[in-house]
Amino acid sequence: MSKPVIATASLAGCFGCHMSLLDIDERILGLIDLVEFNKSPIDDIKTFTKPVDVGLIEGGCCNSENVEVLRSFRKNCKVLVSVGECAIMGGLPAMRNGIPIRECLEEAYLNSPTVDPEDRLIPNDEDLPIILDKVYPCHEVVKIDHFLPGCPPSADLIWEAVTALVEGRPLQLTYDLIKFD
Amino acid sequence: MNDIRFTIDGKECLGKPGQTIVEAAKANGVYIPVLCHFEGLKPVGSCRICTVRVGGRFMAACTQPLIEGMAVENTAPDLEDMRKSLIEMLFVEGNHLCPSCEKSGNCELQALAYRYQLMAPRFPYLWPRRDIDASAPLLMLDGNRCIQCLRCVRACRAKDGRKVFAAVDRSHRVKIEVDKKLAAHLSEDQARRAMDICPVGAILRKETGFAVPIGRRKFDRAPIGSDVEKGTGR
Ligand code: SF4
Ligand code: SF4
Ligand code: FES
Repeated sequence: MSKPVIATASLAGCFGCHMSLLDIDERILGLIDLVEFNKSPIDDIKTFTKPVDVGLIEGGCCNSENVEVLRSFRKNCKVLVSVGECAIMGGLPAMRNGIPIRECLEEAYLNSPTVDPEDRLIPNDEDLPIILDKVYPCHEVVKIDHFLPGCPPSADLIWEAVTALVEGRPLQLTYDLIKFD
Repeated sequence: MNDIRFTIDGKECLGKPGQTIVEAAKANGVYIPVLCHFEGLKPVGSCRICTVRVGGRFMAACTQPLIEGMAVENTAPDLEDMRKSLIEMLFVEGNHLCPSCEKSGNCELQALAYRYQLMAPRFPYLWPRRDIDASAPLLMLDGNRCIQCLRCVRACRAKDGRKVFAAVDRSHRVKIEVDKKLAAHLSEDQARRAMDICPVGAILRKETGFAVPIGRRKFDRAPIGSDVEKGTGR
């Protein structure tokens, strides 16, 4: 029987959640036996090559590319999981929500004291993804099946959730595993 | 005076005349969640987290006095879901970035979210724009996290009885302001009490943040209310 397939993505996140996934210590050897990775920064596979059982999403959506990636995960993954505070509620990037986007861009590229006076320009190349009016939690963009809170979620929580999902048993999210920080 | 007999979810309980449902429940080892209520303050019944059902009617258990023979419903699934939705509303109505909040681990709103296993709110986030007022020497007031429970307004007074905090405006625009002149003369104890009376991280004592390590904070190990259920609550 072929192994369950996992895919992961980091949208508007800091890669801390991916680090936490790697933080499962020697259990990572068990994980490699248990599952196969498809599209993910961990193995650098860039496009989906087969149907995926469990997709893990770190980070919320701050630009058009994040939305495209998230939608392609929804299309290709049977079960989609929001991993970490940024995926669940926008997290640190969402601190700009509530501030008009023009104000944010002007502060970052025109008015900030670290901007080179010769270089005052709001980037607007057609190759750049379009920045969204605010940062959206993943479940406000596509349907999300499970949420793993934490900044980052503990390695134990990720281990429990991933093994439960690939083994098809219900998640045992005990009190000590559910933390928002 | 004679004890009052009543039930909570069918459990036979005894209470004293003059007790509210919340107080009597606690004395019987039953936890009813509260948020705007704080022991020793006059209850105002504004947050409705403590909603119970008696004879088919919803009531705030923190303000409703006990009546002989009451059959209180506390953990019916629809009640619990209503409470959970109230917690969700409080999260989406403010800006609660727990990872960067000094109150995290000691916050009653967050603790209720843990207790109710709130993973993601069913309502869209509103991202209101709220102010921070750090003008007082010992305290900082962060409107992003305020849930308008008015505990600070009721509890914090200067020596002459004047209120240190006040609510201005109404409805969803209501916000808490600090009297700058009174706040300038708060003692260390008064400042500490203001921070402790606030259920969330909206009132913070400056310069002392993150003193208790993760793992040893109030709600790191056991859910809010478990002390009441074990009969060890204050
Ligand atoms: S006040 Fe409580 S819920 Fe809000 S950010 Fe701080 S810890 Fe989280
Ligand atoms: S500042 Fe704190 S205590 Fe005062 S109303 Fe807001 S949440 Fe309640
Ligand atoms: S605790 Fe009773 S209404 Fe807030």
